[in-house]
Amino acid sequence: MNSRRSVTLVATLLLVGCMLSSIVCLRRLDQLRTGATLQEVLYISSPQTLKRLSLGYEGLLADIYWTRAVQYFGRKHYADSDHYDLLAPLLEITTALDPHLVVAYQFGANFLAPRPPSGGGMPDKAIELMEFGIRNNPHDWNLYYQLGFIYYMEKKDYANAAKAFERGSQVPNAHPFLRILAAQMAQHAGELETARMLWVTTYQSTHDQQIRANAYNHLLCLKVDEDVTSLQNAVTQYGQKTGNLPPSISAMVAAGLLPGIPLDPDGHPYKLMPDGRILVESPENFPFIERGVPPGYKPPRPKFRPPPE
Amino acid sequence: MNARIVHIAANTFREAVRDRVLYNLIAFALLLSGAAVFVGQISIDIEKLVVINLGLTAVSLFGVVIAIFIGIGLVSKEIEKRTLYTVLSRPVRRWEFIVGKFFGLAGTLVVNTFLMAIGVFAALLYVSRHFHQPDAWILVALYFIVLQFLIICSLALLFSSFSSPLLSAVFAFALFVIGSFAEDLRGFAGMAHGLSRWLATAAAYLVPNFSALNVISSVAHEQPVAAHLIFYNTAYALTYAAMVLCGAVLIFERRNLK
Repeated sequence: MNSRRSVTLVATLLLVGCMLSSIVCLRRLDQLRTGATLQEVLYISSPQTLKRLSLGYEGLLADIYWTRAVQYFGRKHYADSDHYDLLAPLLEITTALDPHLVVAYQFGANFLAPRPPSGGGMPDKAIELMEFGIRNNPHDWNLYYQLGFIYYMEKKDYANAAKAFERGSQVPNAHPFLRILAAQMAQHAGELETARMLWVTTYQSTHDQQIRANAYNHLLCLKVDEDVTSLQNAVTQYGQKTGNLPPSISAMVAAGLLPGIPLDPDGHPYKLMPDGRILVESPENFPFIERGVPPGYKPPRPKFRPPPE
Repeated sequence: MNARIVHIAANTFREAVRDRVLYNLIAFALLLSGAAVFVGQISIDIEKLVVINLGLTAVSLFGVVIAIFIGIGLVSKEIEKRTLYTVLSRPVRRWEFIVGKFFGLAGTLVVNTFLMAIGVFAALLYVSRHFHQPDAWILVALYFIVLQFLIICSLALLFSSFSSPLLSAVFAFALFVIGSFAEDLRGFAGMAHGLSRWLATAAAYLVPNFSALNVISSVAHEQPVAAHLIFYNTAYALTYAAMVLCGAVLIFERRNLK
């Protein structure tokens, strides 16, 4: 073997060996520095400064910041965190860099508004974000819808929710439900029915699979809430009629208070407790239910089941 | 070490020290450390933090600039001046030439870093009047910066072995920027699916990772650096630089110099 060939052979072997070793080292470093991709610090928190530093490439920088916001939320959400301190500034920077990045408002508000562990528990920040989005994208009815949604779901502020839906309904090509929703808000009518309409509108108006799955799961949970409410009413009526608590759900059916034994969306019957409370068989399967859970129950991190095709 | 490699390294070092640009950059880095003292005076209660952050950042950035701008000319300049033919006509192998050049440039940068570090510590002493035990972590940050330089030196040398100085500078600087965002790249890979996931993961592991080597912010806050991190960062930087150097040797061995 001549000298050049031997050098080539040794250098190639070394190259491959070093490459493998460097990958091993990097993997070990990743294990040592978990979550290092986005540390709990924003070195430049001023959107204006970042805009200047981007030298005109703010579109790309906005995309990068949006990705960082998604990663940050995803990691925190996965870790069941109660604190999302950087979420609002990251979204503020993203939307300041690219005010027309509508997806950042839509998803961002959904990240910010819900209570932990589903979201950041910052409905006021979500409202600020949506208002900023509406100022910059006044012809997108979805943003008004999202704003009304936050006012209704997270703040229970019917007056402002009605205003948001009303403003949205005036946008050309707006979803016709917006006008109905505005009217319902103004009347404060049927909370569960309004919530169902909101989620149905979300389900129908999006093409995103995750949002559809979220809406579908909320609709399932609303069905459970409705069942528990009607069962609880039946228990009260049974008590008024007989002076005792019902021994079973079938006793209420026999008394003509229920048309049949209701089942939850998984096909399980509800549980009647000795004190007359109605509980859901497996509340962990319905992460958004507000009724039918034992006292002090903490809902687990939502696991969305896919909607039917 | 092979005596011929030592001679080439010493010559490379001498040549770099004679380079006026190098002196200007050192002077500028020292000036920046001086500016850190000024900024420290006009800030409130974070004088030390500013001095460490600004000083170490200056050491890192100026070293990167020096590594790239000297590294890219190491081979091409020798070809241009035709001094390479004189060297290779002697009993010097091509791989020895590449390895010698690498050690020469790395030595230059170590000396530079040492001088700049003196500036940083002098500025630190100026603002805090005396050193504290956690200040020793600054030495670890400086060590990581030197490891970063080793990777950049090898990359500049790799590009210099087959490309023009201008393109080499662009490639090396681009890889430096990409390497600084390598963890984000791995984040993207984690979010992707199928073939794009594999490609993104491969790219993320192939580009240098400078994020783990940057502990400037944590040492400025007097946070200790784990021994494991020092060990794996050292192993990573050395193996990565060796890998790139092997690539440079392979290319240069096959390059037609006629």
